[in-house]
Amino acid sequence: MYKAAVIGDYDSIYGFAALGLDVWPTGDDPSETAHLFRRLCEDSYAVIYITEALAETLESEIARYRTAPLPAIIPIPGVSGNTGLGLRHVKRSVEQAVGSDIIFNDKNG
Amino acid sequence: MAATHVNPTRMELTRLKRKLQTALRGHKLLKDKRDELMRQFLELVRENKALREKTEKALHSANQNFMLARAGMQEEALNTAMLAPKQEIQIETGVRNVMSVEVPVFHVTTRTPDTNDMFSYGFAFTSSDLDDAVQSLAACLPDLLRLAEVEKSCQLMAAEIEKTRRRVNALEHVVIPQTQESIKYITMKLDENERSTQIRLMKVKDMMLEEAHHYKDASL
Repeated sequence: MYKAAVIGDYDSIYGFAALGLDVWPTGDDPSETAHLFRRLCEDSYAVIYITEALAETLESEIARYRTAPLPAIIPIPGVSGNTGLGLRHVKRSVEQAVGSDIIFNDKNG
Repeated sequence: MAATHVNPTRMELTRLKRKLQTALRGHKLLKDKRDELMRQFLELVRENKALREKTEKALHSANQNFMLARAGMQEEALNTAMLAPKQEIQIETGVRNVMSVEVPVFHVTTRTPDTNDMFSYGFAFTSSDLDDAVQSLAACLPDLLRLAEVEKSCQLMAAEIEKTRRRVNALEHVVIPQTQESIKYITMKLDENERSTQIRLMKVKDMMLEEAHHYKDASL
């Protein structure tokens, strides 16, 4: 049986605790954050939601789990706003599969 | 001339012909796999994009609500309210096979049967803004979970499509032309050998006749 986790700065994620997701607030130390993230990935989590601001600093770690069947690492916007990182990830999938971006063309010109 | 050295023998020719047949068959199958994967991927990725835009908008407004709730309450009270969650989400994962790509399927169960049973605090010491905020977040949870499923599927399928595309291209542009070239080279070489043997035999026959009947003297 798997669980779902949310990782990011406390302000962005504390609400998820009420819904029954495990909340893992991060501190200021980046190496500790990376360590925590890796531990969550190896733990019994099927889905890990990560705030976009944090995802940006852990890009290489996230890329490692891209082709693994589990966990699914999903960037979500935090309180600091939407950086468009989530859509960029989708865009990258399209580019990888098709060779060029044919889904987001209409929007980005 | 073939790029790699091949022995111009009949055995090699048979082997290459068999290899070409397998390569052609594999190429056709892989191409079909790629096309079908691509069709399903595009369908999924469109859904992914729409879902993402929708959930990001919903999360944005939920975050605003939480900011509001946080502003209107004491931090200690807020932390206490969120300390012991009542609800718990458990995910059972299954696997769906899409053209040999195993994509995850999530079945979500909550600890209490009522999904709306999520307020982990008494209403006396918290503001109603917090209730609104939790409710707005709960509303986008199903979409969030579906998003996780779809996005992971997209990532896995994209990787598989890339792999398949490379294989198709390698077969189409390298393996098949090279094998054809080698086959052509061997066939020509064998034909040439046969002709030279024929000529040699004719020549020998001429020489033998010459010796036996002294044609040369007669002609002279």
